[in-house]
Amino acid sequence: MRQSRAIDVSTGLFVLLGFAAIMFLVTQITNREYSWRDDSYRLEAQFENVGGLKAGAPVSMSGVTIGRVEAIGYDMSLFKAVVTLRIDARYNQIPNDSDAAIFTAGLLGGQYIGITPGNSEDTYRDGDSIEFVQDAIVLEKLISKYLFSQAGKDKESGTPAAQE
Amino acid sequence: MIGLLGELMASLHGFLERVGAMTRFAGRVLWNVPATLVRFRLVVEQVYNAGALSLVIIMTCGLFVGMVLGLQGHDLLERFGSEEALGTGAALSLLKELGPVVTALLFAGRAGTALASELGLMRATDQLSAMEIMAVDPMRRVVVPRFLGGAIAMPLLTAIFIAIALYGVQLIGVQVLGVDQGQFWSQMRGAVELEDVGEGLIKGVVFGIACSLIAVFEGYNAEPTAEGVGRATTRTVVISAVVTLVLDYILTALML
Repeated sequence: MRQSRAIDVSTGLFVLLGFAAIMFLVTQITNREYSWRDDSYRLEAQFENVGGLKAGAPVSMSGVTIGRVEAIGYDMSLFKAVVTLRIDARYNQIPNDSDAAIFTAGLLGGQYIGITPGNSEDTYRDGDSIEFVQDAIVLEKLISKYLFSQAGKDKESGTPAAQE
Repeated sequence: MIGLLGELMASLHGFLERVGAMTRFAGRVLWNVPATLVRFRLVVEQVYNAGALSLVIIMTCGLFVGMVLGLQGHDLLERFGSEEALGTGAALSLLKELGPVVTALLFAGRAGTALASELGLMRATDQLSAMEIMAVDPMRRVVVPRFLGGAIAMPLLTAIFIAIALYGVQLIGVQVLGVDQGQFWSQMRGAVELEDVGEGLIKGVVFGIACSLIAVFEGYNAEPTAEGVGRATTRTVVISAVVTLVLDYILTALML
């Protein structure tokens, strides 16, 4: 009897340790945040192009993470991407003319949404849509814009190759 | 030439026979699982044998695997000037491959051999036959609890292994080699999805079932001699290792 008691205790310890390890893996090294109650509110923003934005990406104001991208969908009537943002309830004083833009963290980092506050007296409420948005910057578009503007300049002043 | 061909056919025949016997045995084990769950005490004892007793070796090996991963990863990433990605790389490789596979190999070596030799010895000393004579089903009393104990312990051991290994990576990478702690954890959190943790645990469950099944099969069907028990133990380790690596490829291909 005594011995089986000891076995029970160490088996219990082992199982607890195992579940603690699973909890550690799930909560500490993944990018999801878990809380017992969900006291956040949701905002929507429509973008022409979301680039490489993914669900779970941070939403930040002045570099402080205030929420996460909850879902990214496509609206077939607007032909735009609809991004749902889940903002922490602590940050419920965002002016309702604030704008949202998609930025890239670092050179190879993931994309995130940055919110720049406006100066309206009224604040965003749950379910509101962000009116002023700026799309993700697509590198190919930038390059082609640059190349075309260069080509235009060359025509005005004659191509350097022809001058030489 | 004919002789060689004949030998090849014979060994193929032997292999198929073994696979068939294993499948039939697996069916019998699974059939008896509900009956065993009623007497959960037996399973708890086996979770202790397979899990709690493997804890020390799993934790020691996990720590060292993590530490060597920290050293190697840092050395490699330093060449690209991106030491901060150490956390991401280590976490993903541990969760997806190293954790489940190394744990399964250790598990086969520590718990699998113990199961196989114990059952083999029971077979060799006629304990299993004695149980049958006393109208105790050795399948329900001995085999299935051991199988379940191993299958339950293995995913937990995998999780513990990965957690300890991450501590080892952090120990070497952050404390010794000076990777920025905040960058280390935040980049890891940014890149690791919940699905990656799930993938590791699914692998742990599958490997646990496979390794435990192989161990009880080999032990239960061991030749009732001293040599037979030894052979069953060896075969448990060899087959478990091969099956683990093959299953690992299949699971990775399915889940990637």
